[in-house]
Amino acid sequence: MAKFLIDLVAQKFPSAVIASHSHHGDETILLEAASWRAVAQFLRDDPRTAMDMLVDLTAVDYPDRDPRFEIVVHLLSLGKGHRLRIKTRVGDPEGESVRVDTLSDLWASANWAEREAYDLFGVTFVGHPDLRRILLYPEFEGHPLRKDYPAEQIQPLIAYRDVENIEKIAPFGRDEGMPFGRQTHARGLGGPEEESN
Amino acid sequence: MEPLDQELDESELEIPTEPMLLNVGPAHPAMHGTVRCVMELSGESIEKVDVQVGYLHRGFEKMCERGTWTQVFPYVDRCNYVSPMLNNVAFALACEKMLEIQVPERCQWYRMALGELARISDHLTCDGAMAMELGAFTPFLWMIKGREMVWDLMEEETGARLTHSFGRVGGMAQPPTEGFKENARAVGRHILTIIDEVEKLLLGNRIFLDRLENVGIISQEDAVSLGWTGPCLRATGIPYDVRKASPYLKYGEVDFEVPVGQTSDCFDRFMVRIEEMKQSVRIVEQCLARMPDSGPVNVDDPRVILPPKQDVYNTIEGTIQHFKIVMEGLKLPAGELYSYTEGGNGELGFYLVSDGSGTPWRVRIRPPCYYITSGLERVITGRMMADVVPCFGSLNMIGGECDR
Repeated sequence: MAKFLIDLVAQKFPSAVIASHSHHGDETILLEAASWRAVAQFLRDDPRTAMDMLVDLTAVDYPDRDPRFEIVVHLLSLGKGHRLRIKTRVGDPEGESVRVDTLSDLWASANWAEREAYDLFGVTFVGHPDLRRILLYPEFEGHPLRKDYPAEQIQPLIAYRDVENIEKIAPFGRDEGMPFGRQTHARGLGGPEEESN
Repeated sequence: MEPLDQELDESELEIPTEPMLLNVGPAHPAMHGTVRCVMELSGESIEKVDVQVGYLHRGFEKMCERGTWTQVFPYVDRCNYVSPMLNNVAFALACEKMLEIQVPERCQWYRMALGELARISDHLTCDGAMAMELGAFTPFLWMIKGREMVWDLMEEETGARLTHSFGRVGGMAQPPTEGFKENARAVGRHILTIIDEVEKLLLGNRIFLDRLENVGIISQEDAVSLGWTGPCLRATGIPYDVRKASPYLKYGEVDFEVPVGQTSDCFDRFMVRIEEMKQSVRIVEQCLARMPDSGPVNVDDPRVILPPKQDVYNTIEGTIQHFKIVMEGLKLPAGELYSYTEGGNGELGFYLVSDGSGTPWRVRIRPPCYYITSGLERVITGRMMADVVPCFGSLNMIGGECDR
């Protein structure tokens, strides 16, 4: 139905498209991670595509592959009624350097969706304004939807959070909404480098 | 006589300028027990808000990767727990789309009727709770009475009031009971009466209207950009309904309207749900009229449907078939698929990745109210503290679905 979308993207970004298919009627394009944002912006802004809604953003872990993670985005054009799935692959087999450009400034819905993918898969979205855990608590160790995270793993108990100067602390400091709550940003933006220390 | 405010104009008043930080939830009743809002208040107006979800996260998507495809049904039940039948049907449809099978006509009508009843129960809960949170307790009790009728009917059909786990890949767990049509018609009539009574109680009520009208307005562009679907998107005036836009089951063959709002305030969201319930009753009536009284409910496909118990206990083929489906799970062809239906809150999607074995590789549930809740920040920033309650209520955040 929306085959022309694949052709359009392949025409406009010939080097970005790795593969495409239309299994079960879902038009899918696999993109180079480097042109992820550019293609997404084109799909949103071009009047022929007019993808005004990012329906869903998620990740899938394939531990045997390199790059290991697949970022999957489902787009919908409300006006034209067509849908498209775009994917990209990032990360090495050890699960490090999982980085991809953020789409949160193109579609507001990507904000929380990317936070969820960061939380559960450990994907860092470069340029995300507020990348911290959303479903889990900040002290959680690991990323549970990775295949190498055992489902029966037990998390260590966490101590009471010690917040100094609770009366004096400026509310909403450096991208931090919660002086007496989740202190994700105490260690920086939570990217893989910061996480290791 | 001197004006009273003269003194105020001339002298500098010492008003504390430090913003006040207020923590609402997760245990606050208006936050439905699972959302926490950290608000920065200036006086009574909200300058900034940080919405935090995740208090009901139970790791469903991880758990789904441990069992068979059939064992996913209890998890999707517990996602949107006020309309579990819609989730059941949505997941069954996703698997069937992957297997490229279609359930018999009787089952399609049955699924639609049950699904629309579940939608009624969802909207009754949302609108009822909204009214209750604004102090109108009577409509809440009346609507919950209506929901009880729906749940009694569900119990009659499925054996469970809330978490039915009634869907199956390729059909339903049981055929409709003998009295289903009669009972469902009676429920539909009662629901219409209840909605009528509730409208009489609420829509002339000054307090109720003042707290909803022109509160929580969101623009169409914002709603689309935030990924809103369902009643909340339709309240902004965009008539997007998956049942109309890309009909599944038999939605293309029934008559119903898609109600839309005009100002996209809380009142519009309330009214869209009220109208949708009336439309749902209409759909249920059409389904009942067209559903055959006899005929198969499950597809005749030994790959996915358990053999009759008679065969399981008496023939070796039946035993083996039963054993293989139960132990190994039914096998979906390798590949990926996104299937979407209209859930209680909007587009309920399932992104399935199968590696061809009996265990899901990835089950991604696209929860409509996760995206809707992400818009709460935009809806309430700049409003008064008291507006949080109707705004949050009108978004119909369902904790199980939002946090999974």
